Amino acid sequence: MKELICIVCPKGCHLKVDEENGYAVTGNSCPRGAVYGKKELVNPTRVLTSTVKVTGGTLKRVSVKTDGDIPKSQLFPAMEALENVEMKAPVSIGDVVLENFLGLGVNLVATKTVPLREE
Amino acid sequence: MSGTERQTKYDVIVVGGGPAGLAAALEAKETGAEKVLILERNHELGGILNQCIHNGFGLHHFKEELTGPEYAGRFISRLPGSGIEVMADTMVLEITPDKTVHAMNSRDGYMQLTASAIVLTMGCRERTRGAIAIPGDRPAGIFTAGAAQLYVNVEGYMVGRRVLILGSGDIGLIMARRMTLEGAKVLGCVELMPYSNGLNRNIVQCLNDYNIPLYLSHTITNIQGDKRVEKVTVSKVDENRRPIPGTEMEFECDTVLLSVGLIPENELSRQAGIRMDRRTNGPEVYENMETSIPGVFASGNVVHVHDLVDFVTAESQRAGKAAALFALHGETPPGEEILVENGACVNYTVPQKIRPENVGKFVEIFFRVNFVYRDVVIRVTSGEEVLASYKREHMAPGEMEKIVLPKALLEKARDGKIRVSVEKEAQAE
Ligand SMILES: Cc1cc2nc3c(=O)[nH]c(=O)nc-3n(C[C@H](O)[C@H](O)[C@H](O)COP(=O)(O)OP(=O)(O)OC[C@H]3O[C@@H](n4cnc5c(N)ncnc54)[C@H](O)[C@@H]3O)c2cc1C
Ligand code: SF4
Repeated sequence: MKELICIVCPKGCHLKVDEENGYAVTGNSCPRGAVYGKKELVNPTRVLTSTVKVTGGTLKRVSVKTDGDIPKSQLFPAMEALENVEMKAPVSIGDVVLENFLGLGVNLVATKTVPLREE
Repeated sequence: MSGTERQTKYDVIVVGGGPAGLAAALEAKETGAEKVLILERNHELGGILNQCIHNGFGLHHFKEELTGPEYAGRFISRLPGSGIEVMADTMVLEITPDKTVHAMNSRDGYMQLTASAIVLTMGCRERTRGAIAIPGDRPAGIFTAGAAQLYVNVEGYMVGRRVLILGSGDIGLIMARRMTLEGAKVLGCVELMPYSNGLNRNIVQCLNDYNIPLYLSHTITNIQGDKRVEKVTVSKVDENRRPIPGTEMEFECDTVLLSVGLIPENELSRQAGIRMDRRTNGPEVYENMETSIPGVFASGNVVHVHDLVDFVTAESQRAGKAAALFALHGETPPGEEILVENGACVNYTVPQKIRPENVGKFVEIFFRVNFVYRDVVIRVTSGEEVLASYKREHMAPGEMEKIVLPKALLEKARDGKIRVSVEKEAQAE
């Protein structure tokens, strides 16, 4: 039996996951907690949020996220991969920055609109 | 003075363009206010959300998990074509009880704008008091967590390499993860209280995920360094929060982040003579978010510090709607007022006062408790009578609580008072 705190929503339910019984989850207030409890033990994943450089815009950095979770073990390699990424303004929310990011099956997308800088 | 040709009379003026201001303005417009104006001192709308690039926003309101800028973007994208006017880069200097707004920007200079109703949504700023109380040197390398967040996320500038965090509020936790991902070594998060003020999920995904220790019942007792922070001493504290000699630990680091709480930004409210609540550091408000000055409303972090932006949005929609109704129909006629009192374990409530005639089917009361509790009952009482009870498995100061009171119960209030308190379950019933 493993005890976890569900991080899917701010409620933070205290979960108990039974590894010996097909990762049965108790203590969850909703089905998303059951999915999380199992995944957290089998293959923990997280959404990565960070920023990349942007040129010609009203801001120097544009915030980005992976549009799905990636394995926890890939967070640092992913951060490294972002270092050399550079976008050109204008950028809109939802623009794909990198497709199939690191071959992980998710896209890296912009989470902020950066208009062109008026000279 | 330029700006004379500019229309200066508005139905609703919203001061501050963060999530609270955006939701209030959009709702005011939808309720029928014709001329609505948002004044924002920053160059862009969105408030604090622009620097909160992590995800976790909007699960209630949008049923999906958004980052801060995306959440703000959902509202900002509704502005074009809505007829709402926006003045960015514009600082509001003063508001007066007759609802004149004094503001200034580099384009129009100094302006006096008048409104039928005003919504105050100035948000909050970070406490730095913790820093002042820390003994030791005053070298460079000490930042508030929010300032560090702005540097790292918006300016793209790393504030340090070896970091210690004082305070376990959400901003501190979020920054522990952010700095770690950016390659810094976060040595620990030091919390004076025996519990964290942050959300549980942030302890898990920001500290535990990266093996960053959380030192509960500890505080910083010395900071040393010549030009830059070099060494920080941390001590355990007793139940009176006094450092215990002999428990000192030393950390070699170049940066200290302070995450010791937020205070509503209410200079404008105080100047205008709005009645303030010492418990929240925000204006006292009625059920519709109206302050002690008729026609002046307030919502979001300027009223009380929120952990969840969805609650900010809901509260601000209420304020925006009420402001529009005020602009269209005028003042609420004087009627009965019920005072909401804090009972045991309750630190404050919002609203502080309720006018039953103004309540639709029910009224929502928000509050925070003063400690961590398990298996408790929230009681709403008036005189000796219990009007309502709500069970809770877990309550903590870091989690804002909400109860919903049906209007019918308000009619049972005696002597114009109700009281919200929290009791152990065993004592109840
Ligand atoms: C670091 C951090 C992390 C958070 N994480 C989460 C999370 O994960 N999930 C979640 O749901 N919530 C989270 N929150 C909470 C939520 O984001 C806030 O409660 C919410 O943004 C508050 O909105 P607001 O509009 O009241 O204030 P703000 O966003 O602060 O906006 C106030 C605006 O008013 C403007 N202003 C102030 N004074 C003046 C003036 N005199 N003239 C003109 N303009 C003025 C400011 O420039 C600002 O734009 C977080 C908050 C912080 C600080
Ligand atoms: S189990 Fe459901 S309600 Fe509980 S924290 Fe997880 S997502 Fe939220």
